[in-house]
Amino acid sequence: MLKFERRREPSIVMLYAAPVLAVALTILAGLALFTALGKNPVQAIGLIFITPLQSLKSISELLVKATPLILIAVGLAIGFRAGVWNIGAEGQFVVGAVAGGAVALAVYPANGLWLLPLMCLAGVLGGMAWAAVPALLRTRFNANEILVSLMLVYVAALALSVLVHGPLRDPEGQNFPESRLFQPSALLPALIPGTRAHIGFLVALAVAAAAWALLELHMIGFQVKVLGQAPEAARFAGYSGNRLVWVCLMISGGLAGLAGLFEAAGPVGQLVPALPVGYGFTAIIVAFLGRLHPIGIVVAGLVMALTYIGGETAQIAMSLPSATTSVFQGMLLFFLLATDVFVNHRLRWIGRAPTRQRAPAAPATEPAE
Amino acid sequence: MDLVVDILIGVIVAATPLVFAAVGELIVEKAGVLNLGVEGMMIIGAIAGFAATIATGSHVLGVLAALFAGATMALLFAVLTQSLLSNQVATGLALTLFGLGLSALWGQGYAGKSAGVFPKLHVPGLSELPVLGKLVFSLDPLIYLSFALTAAVAWFLTRTRAGLVLRAIGENHDAAHAIGYPVVGVRYLALMFGGACAGLGGAYLSLVQTPLWVERMSAGRGWIALALVVFAAWRPWRALVGAYLFGGITILQLHAQGLGLAIDAQLLSMLPYVATILVLVAISRDTSTVRLNAPACLGKSFYAAS
Repeated sequence: MLKFERRREPSIVMLYAAPVLAVALTILAGLALFTALGKNPVQAIGLIFITPLQSLKSISELLVKATPLILIAVGLAIGFRAGVWNIGAEGQFVVGAVAGGAVALAVYPANGLWLLPLMCLAGVLGGMAWAAVPALLRTRFNANEILVSLMLVYVAALALSVLVHGPLRDPEGQNFPESRLFQPSALLPALIPGTRAHIGFLVALAVAAAAWALLELHMIGFQVKVLGQAPEAARFAGYSGNRLVWVCLMISGGLAGLAGLFEAAGPVGQLVPALPVGYGFTAIIVAFLGRLHPIGIVVAGLVMALTYIGGETAQIAMSLPSATTSVFQGMLLFFLLATDVFVNHRLRWIGRAPTRQRAPAAPATEPAE
Repeated sequence: MDLVVDILIGVIVAATPLVFAAVGELIVEKAGVLNLGVEGMMIIGAIAGFAATIATGSHVLGVLAALFAGATMALLFAVLTQSLLSNQVATGLALTLFGLGLSALWGQGYAGKSAGVFPKLHVPGLSELPVLGKLVFSLDPLIYLSFALTAAVAWFLTRTRAGLVLRAIGENHDAAHAIGYPVVGVRYLALMFGGACAGLGGAYLSLVQTPLWVERMSAGRGWIALALVVFAAWRPWRALVGAYLFGGITILQLHAQGLGLAIDAQLLSMLPYVATILVLVAISRDTSTVRLNAPACLGKSFYAAS
């Protein structure tokens, strides 16, 4: 029978091959999915993965989508390494956008070079404040940060809706639940003139580099790794688990908040109830696809952005349902998790041992019902 | 009086999907596995039940389809975490993201359709009683099933040998494996049972609560169910009580405006989520209770070295 045998050391080759393999398997599964939907599978895959790379406009859109994904995923990855599961980045994204956007709306119509940095600061602080709730409840009351941060996503989305229906609504907007369009200096400068790509992408790259330095060169990065891989050792070494929970949630919350602000001050240009489109959740996939490594995440963020842009192109060109993209992304994470087994294990043919043969065939127990 | 009875029935109907999902996940966690994909299994159950009911015209077949769909999703999780040893937290999240996407894809053609009224129990004589007749003897069969399920799970866990084995595997999978219990096999079964329950909870949403298909209609209930398991300290009846508390909060929110409370509807909609956080804090702050009741191997991968 075939059996997984634990490797002595994790395979470096498989560590990098697994994401590539996962993308390849996702494409294969995608071919099957499109055939099942009665669409031309080759055309669909081509539209998703190749067409977007052929025009400047769609490449710039690629950068627009990759920016929030990279920013959020870099922050999440630091936490995931330490076993701190911030699942509520989507909520921190919303609060960051609201906090930063509110600054612009509060001083409207004032303009000036000082405005954008102030908004960024507010965005980061907003995201941090929202992430501080799970951090406080986890360190102070032992409450599970997964569930707390996730519940806060729903609260944040509702709060955004309340605010744009009320205090932040455009006074000249005929009661539409939207804020004003931000004043010119509250908008992010374009990276490529004439497109929606903004300088936030450069910030995302800088953040990834800084995160790499933090993880590789700073003591915090070392403590994060130890806490994730050997919690007991971390305790013996005297690392404060609570402090690391705070550090991880503040970094990921702040970056998610910044991503939210960039979205509001970049492609959207105002606060709308539909601001959260799931980047906070997709970034979880990006973090894993990028091997929880900042540089890997930049690549993974671009690949994931490609599925967004390509997915949209394919939806319009082939009248595919809009949910196709999220199915694709879910499959990608599944295949990645499945191929990850080969990093620490190898598949070996083990001759039929007579004693082993019977064990799986006798399910002595079965839940009632 | 009629209003009170209607409100109470509303509470029961709001609580029942949570009972199914929470009791199912409780078995899974007792076996030592943390499946964070409840939300994804619920929403797939909701669309599967709805689609099957529309296709066949039979609510029974719809419910069966939801059970099957939920269990299939859980099987996917089982293969990944139990056979391919993937991280349970990440896989659970993947299951939720995938489930939400797939259900939206599947449900494209079903918006605006109705699955019809779910049949209710009618006991001649008893169902005509004042108050009790409406409140106890005229509910839909799934509500009675949710109580039976809770009782069965409680009985199974504490009174049967198989339940003892399941708990042993959740407490110490290495020891259980050494004695010769099929750790992986039991976990597969527990997961599929939990998935079927979550699927049933989802079908309750789309077939009974609002007999309509709405994208993302589970609205975080799968996550609330996960919190309920912690709240219940892994005890089935406490999970049921917790579900009814949440049902009460949901209905309170719906009726608050009728009762003359001048609070914004969207602020009130936050209530169940905020309540979940408060409940988690209240239970988790007592670390010894959690540590005493949580299965010791919860969320850990099992690898049989020999």
